Amino acid sequence: MRIEIVNGHIIDPQNGFDQQGSLYIAEGKIIGMMHAPEGFAADTSINAQGRIVCPGFVDLSARLREPGQSHKATMKSETKAAASAGFTSLCIPPDTSPVIDSPAIVELIEDKAEKCDYPHIYPIAALTQKLAGTELSSMHALKKAGCIAVSHGHHALQDLLILRRAMEYAASYDLLLIYCPQEAALSNKGCAHEGAMASRYGLPGIPAAAETIALVQCMELIEQTGCRVHFQGLSCARSVDLIAKAKIAGLPVSAGVAMHQLHLTDQDMRPYDSHYHVIPPLRSQQDKDALLVGIQNNIIDSICSDHQPHDVDAKLGAFPETEPGISALETVLPLMLRLVEQKNLSLTQGIEKLSTEPARILGLNAGGLAVNNVADVCIFNTNESWQINAKTWQSRGQNTPFWQDTMYGKVTHTLQSGKIIYLAER
Amino acid sequence: MLAIENLQLNTQGKLRHFLSIEGLNKDLLTEILDTAESFAGASEQSIKKFPLLRGKTIVNLFFENSTRTRATFELAATRLSADILSMNIATSATSKGESLLDTIRNMEAMQVDMFVVRHSLSGAAHFIAQHTAPHINVINAGDGQHEHPTQAMLDMFTIRRVKKQFAGLRVAIVGDILHSRVARSQILALNMLGVEEVRVIAPKTLLPAQVEELGVSVYYDMHVGLKNVDVIIMLRLQKERMNSTFLPSENEYFKCFGLTDEKLKIANRDAVVMHPGPINRGVEIASSVADGPQSVILQQVSNGIAVRMAVLSMTMNGNRGAE
Repeated sequence: MRIEIVNGHIIDPQNGFDQQGSLYIAEGKIIGMMHAPEGFAADTSINAQGRIVCPGFVDLSARLREPGQSHKATMKSETKAAASAGFTSLCIPPDTSPVIDSPAIVELIEDKAEKCDYPHIYPIAALTQKLAGTELSSMHALKKAGCIAVSHGHHALQDLLILRRAMEYAASYDLLLIYCPQEAALSNKGCAHEGAMASRYGLPGIPAAAETIALVQCMELIEQTGCRVHFQGLSCARSVDLIAKAKIAGLPVSAGVAMHQLHLTDQDMRPYDSHYHVIPPLRSQQDKDALLVGIQNNIIDSICSDHQPHDVDAKLGAFPETEPGISALETVLPLMLRLVEQKNLSLTQGIEKLSTEPARILGLNAGGLAVNNVADVCIFNTNESWQINAKTWQSRGQNTPFWQDTMYGKVTHTLQSGKIIYLAER
Repeated sequence: MLAIENLQLNTQGKLRHFLSIEGLNKDLLTEILDTAESFAGASEQSIKKFPLLRGKTIVNLFFENSTRTRATFELAATRLSADILSMNIATSATSKGESLLDTIRNMEAMQVDMFVVRHSLSGAAHFIAQHTAPHINVINAGDGQHEHPTQAMLDMFTIRRVKKQFAGLRVAIVGDILHSRVARSQILALNMLGVEEVRVIAPKTLLPAQVEELGVSVYYDMHVGLKNVDVIIMLRLQKERMNSTFLPSENEYFKCFGLTDEKLKIANRDAVVMHPGPINRGVEIASSVADGPQSVILQQVSNGIAVRMAVLSMTMNGNRGAE
């Protein structure tokens, strides 16, 4: 299949490319830019007039709920949603059921992914067996089976000795550790940011120190083990400072935030609306501002969706007993455009944080549009408005605090390896 | 968070649910107190029963144990001629795995008119009010660490009866503010009714984060915090908080934060002592103070009935207004 994308505004942060032009694709790769290669005859021509053409988005954390929780969502439903939102690569955290701690589970996921035929799926291996935090997982075998990194998901690691050994072991095979810093004793089963709002509404709080202490502990172990670490899902101002210091010191670290942390604070929560229940919790305005500065200064490298689709029952109950998480894939692009609109980011920076940077962190051949790159492409407009409702929404999980909001910006085409995996209805 | 969505008021601004002090206003609180006053006056003249809620069915849904609150709601409902059914769900449906919503749906199917809810999770009453059928009123009898608005109103009633007015009063709340839904409701109500100052006195382990933002001044020492105070509200210290990461021992707590005759002398001469009960003698309060002349603890209990009658009748009327 040969495809040409003509007259689009091409933005490729990886190669510093930002101009009006055309892309030529054949055999899954980009074979030409601006000018068609000699003898090129397209089977399909996409007129991208007035739209942005950029590398497809790479998500460092998207829970697809399979295997094990297909009552919440399926790989099919969520990969379809992801494609419609411009994603071409998704990393799946290991806390599936059963957890991703054996090559057999990786194969199972890859089989299912193949049938879906949507974005690339990259399983993340469990750091310890069953994520129990006691015995190391077979990281080498898991890497060979196709895992792109190791992680402990949201399961806090109680034992620092295990963390140290796991990091040493991961470093032996040059595996990236994706680490969500959260100290369990200090989090103490909390469900909201420990501050005036949690105090007012009587919600068990999670102090910022629960994140920063875990962050510092892990950083000290990076120094000792040499393990590459991506800190995922940061929420506090102090964390941004700590990451900045680690980078200055030359530690092999990167950092990411979930998109909702750049838009919502504890002040925005509608009291007891469980759609605002996320871990780490929505923090203060000051924290949100610091995260934005961190993004602008490249202290924070990437933005992920932290997609967590839920069934209705999971969110139906008194706030503390509901399950945390937002169904987020489809709001990532419009929320990125909102940051651009608010002048917090340039469009290029936004694409960089969603595509180029996560691809770099993972070491993927993605995140750019140069000749010979895999043709993972997203085409979107920045001004089309749409309302989030049951008709427009693709994910099985309708759990988003943005439900019924009007969003600006819509993906019109998504290409994975040169194949159109999403085409907006006209 | 944004202000609590005003589920509580109907389109005419009248009470239809009573979930929290937040979202109400001085006029409404005063109306509750005035209505309670009329019931209390009548009861004191031996008219105990009113036909206001005849034919109505009220269900006490207690997902957490309580004696006093449940009993006073039962008496209040009976004195308004309503039928009342008390369900102790802590040992019933939910322990069989039934969800909160299923329990509510089942009770709704029995054609009841009002739920009085106590639950161990913050926001439970709010959740029920959001999901219940529109003709049903919901009254919060304590949700987690959030609010216990009827308790706060009976405390306001007691203070007004003794002190006549709220302006100029200094009130100190002493003890486990962190876990206390009573304290949260009291702080809001006292500020709304216009007292001079609300103080909290406790060790840092028992104070919520940024507690000042609730509208209080913070003291860690009773000897300082009780100066010039007109009302002292002692909070119950739950057994499980003692000898834990919150406090080293009962003994040390009593020494520092227990109300004794000696400490009571620091406050204004005519200061009154209150406690939402049940009291732990020798832990947060000395017997001689609890039973002493400045204590109004038992008056609080009797006032609880009148205040709950006021809230039951006002919310039931509020629903009528909305129809």
